[in-house]
Amino acid sequence: MEYLLIFISAVFVNNIVLAQFLGICPFLGVSKKVDTALGMSGAVAFVLTIATIVTYVVQRSVLDVYNLQYLQTIVFILIIAFLVQLVEIILKKVSPALYQALGVFLPLITTNCAILGVAILVIQKNFSLMTGVVYAFSTAIGFGLALVIFSGLREQLALVKLPKGMKGTPIALIVAGILAMAFMGFSGMV
Amino acid sequence: MNKLKVLTNGLIKENPVLVLLLGMCPTLGTTSSAINGMSMGLATTFVLICSNVVISLIKNLIPDKVRIPAFIVVIASFVTIVQMSMQAYLPELYESLGLFIPLIVVNCIVLGRAEAFAAKNSVGVSALDGISMGLGFTIALTLLGSMRELLGTGKLFSVAIYPSGYGMLLFVLAPGAFIALGYLIAIVNRLRKA
Repeated sequence: MEYLLIFISAVFVNNIVLAQFLGICPFLGVSKKVDTALGMSGAVAFVLTIATIVTYVVQRSVLDVYNLQYLQTIVFILIIAFLVQLVEIILKKVSPALYQALGVFLPLITTNCAILGVAILVIQKNFSLMTGVVYAFSTAIGFGLALVIFSGLREQLALVKLPKGMKGTPIALIVAGILAMAFMGFSGMV
Repeated sequence: MNKLKVLTNGLIKENPVLVLLLGMCPTLGTTSSAINGMSMGLATTFVLICSNVVISLIKNLIPDKVRIPAFIVVIASFVTIVQMSMQAYLPELYESLGLFIPLIVVNCIVLGRAEAFAAKNSVGVSALDGISMGLGFTIALTLLGSMRELLGTGKLFSVAIYPSGYGMLLFVLAPGAFIALGYLIAIVNRLRKA
């Protein structure tokens, strides 16, 4: 039951993109087509879950034990950069098909602030490892949901006639704002 | 290279947020008021200047292959300095900016300038570039923060301009951030074309 609440909260109520403003760059950058949006969401879900597990273990068994909490930012970002590379290499060997689908998006993920953000949040909120994993995975689903809905909207937007200054990013941001307004309807649910 | 040109480049012509569209997460996440926006901008400026200087100092020592991880370590060190000093001296501000302080590490502007500018130019010019880009970022965030605070609560830098009852709360909340930034960029686009 607890996990279900975390899931609903992370996907709908506190959506990572539309309520917490993390991962905006890929949200605006790779949302022009539904296919690429799906690929990016898959890659993020994969890396986010693994990164949360590894950073959690490192925090609890190394940083906390030796009183090195102040190194958190440096250590976490290095772990994430390292993991992304590792995942890329392993995927290439083990599953070329999956690599084909996610490959282009993997290098972009290092600078996706949602990954580092969630890793730090899980530590800050004092989650257990299992709760942390559920939280990370639900957050990734929330990211994917927002990205796929938004890319659908943008495919339509490309066909609309607009004033010159509004074209591209400005109108995308305003539509994202309206989407965020719709997601506000979920607040108070959990 | 013309120093004055470097210094003014980031302010208007290549404003990191309004023209290059980099660093969107802190731009949207920390601008619920003008003060918050400005503080976030200044914190990022500090990291940007320091990392630009250090990276341009050590650029010849770093092997090309490990340059990005090396840059990230330099940037993360300065972010940790900002984070710890803020926690010690400005705990309230630290609370309200929250997660976005450690996330300066993944702000594309900082790594972008390190790679595109500091790794190729001398120390002095790199410092100027850091100041210019940082101030451009600060200006954009302060502008957006003022806009949202004024529309949302009727205040500007916590000074009441009109009765708060007429404010549109929406602009302080998440959707307002997207909408306000959208209009701000649209206005800048229009002005640049003219």
